[in-house]
Amino acid sequence: MSTPKIELRGVHKAFGSNRVLRGVDLSVAPSESMVIIGGSGTGKSITIKSVLGLVKPDTGTVMVDGKDVRKHNREALLDKFGMLFQGGALFDSLRVWENVAFRVLRSKSTDECRELAVEKLRRVGLGPDTADRFPAELSGGMQKRVGLARAIATSPEIIFFDEPTTGLDPIMSDVINDLIRELVVELKCTAMTITHDMTSVRKIADKVAMLHEGVIQWTGPVSELDTCGNPYVEQFIHGRAEGPIEALR
Amino acid sequence: MTALSAIHGFVAGIGAAVLGLCQSVGAVTLFALKGVLAILVPPWYFRELFRQIMKIGYYSLPVVGLTAVATGGVLALQIYIGGSRFNAESVVASIVAIGMVRELGPVLGGLVVAGRVSAAIAAEIGTMRVTEQIDALTTLSTNPFRYLVAPRLLAGVLTMPVLVAVADTIGIMGGYLVGVNRLGFNGATYIRNTVDFLTFGDIASGLVKAAVFGFIITLMGCFHGYNSGRGAQGVGRATTNAVVSAMVLILAFDYLLTELFFST
Ligand SMILES: Nc1ncnc2c1ncn2[C@@H]1O[C@H](COP(=O)(O)OP(=O)(O)OP(=O)(O)O)[C@@H](O)[C@H]1O
Ligand SMILES: [Mg+2]
Repeated sequence: MSTPKIELRGVHKAFGSNRVLRGVDLSVAPSESMVIIGGSGTGKSITIKSVLGLVKPDTGTVMVDGKDVRKHNREALLDKFGMLFQGGALFDSLRVWENVAFRVLRSKSTDECRELAVEKLRRVGLGPDTADRFPAELSGGMQKRVGLARAIATSPEIIFFDEPTTGLDPIMSDVINDLIRELVVELKCTAMTITHDMTSVRKIADKVAMLHEGVIQWTGPVSELDTCGNPYVEQFIHGRAEGPIEALR
Repeated sequence: MTALSAIHGFVAGIGAAVLGLCQSVGAVTLFALKGVLAILVPPWYFRELFRQIMKIGYYSLPVVGLTAVATGGVLALQIYIGGSRFNAESVVASIVAIGMVRELGPVLGGLVVAGRVSAAIAAEIGTMRVTEQIDALTTLSTNPFRYLVAPRLLAGVLTMPVLVAVADTIGIMGGYLVGVNRLGFNGATYIRNTVDFLTFGDIASGLVKAAVFGFIITLMGCFHGYNSGRGAQGVGRATTNAVVSAMVLILAFDYLLTELFFST
């Protein structure tokens, strides 16, 4: 087996007494699409942020290309990544096209940047007229798609999508799912996606990981999702209130 | 027993406060050093610097000018009333000039700009923190210290002396207006007295103070915004803390710098 593109080993993270991650082990092979599912507040966003170094794990290691992230040159490492934040995280002092082309703003001419931005916006279903607007002038779903365009703008090797389709209509969700699939299949990206939407899971995923109570409860190919027999996964995919995952009322 | 535990609690409280203070001083110092390093070492973001110079400097002109003209005028009036027993005409001009240039220009200018700029910076950077824009900057291989902090610090240090120079001039003009129109002084004499009394040291010390205050103002805005708590409440608290700490530090450093410049 080749070295995994991304590997987490025994990652722990607590915020005060809130022990969010309690030993997460996960590995993602090159050009594989991993989808993380799990209840709200279980630490999915924290997990991908710990890969990017935005959150420092208390213990445990994160490896990219078989090397501890702490030993990588940070700037060079981050150049490999694209990230769509759950809230979009667009720079509201910059126009949409400047947001999308942010990474190359200083190295390319204005015209080239605009061209790049318009092309990427088109791929997420936004017309060229959005390019000159400010993020605050866009709807939530449009902001999400601009964030997506920014994440894929420089064709990174590894892309993280934190809930790419929440807030989008079903048709647009499908367009985005197709896009993610395309990136993985055609551009050989390694993708890690967080989503609650089971339709998206089935469409995007090669493999699925279920996070609950700070550990990965199950991970396996998406084809085995329905037959895995894991009670957490069963409850989650069928959206039942009854089961091992307690729903507080 | 209760007395003992009360004393114990009191001492522990003092200890905790002192430790907390040391920790904040350390954190601010570290932050400032990182900011200065980001100013000195490329890459530089000139567009951001230009934007901040406009925001911090240019758009502060009206409020600083207004403060200065009012202060200069009031100062002339007060000194005339208090000092009319002496040679009012020369005393008013020189005290207005020295007072404005050495002290009131930098300090009042600093306090007014602190209210305006520290708050704005803390709110902006705090919001960026809360909405993950700072995390996004990092993932886009952009160091937030270079992109956000350095341009603001540098803009503060560069623009505050200019603002204060303008404030000094306008303040003296305010004194002149009151002196000539209200108190019936001779305009030419007023200006000659002003020029005769002011030394290079007066002006330079005021401008150095201004540069230091500019650093303090932007540093407090950046520091509190950068370390803002979560949510709108966190940003609100960061904004308040930025303004209050900037003002306190301006007053403290004003004293220290005055000691440094004039106590020989
Ligand atoms: N900066 C922080 N400080 C303190 N606690 C935090 C912080 N960030 C996250 N948490 C806590 O960590 C837990 C996991 O957060 P995370 O954002 O990873 O959840 P999530 O699985 O992405 O949920 P959702 O599906 O709702 O986005 C939450 O309980 C949250 O309160
Ligand atoms: Mg999340």
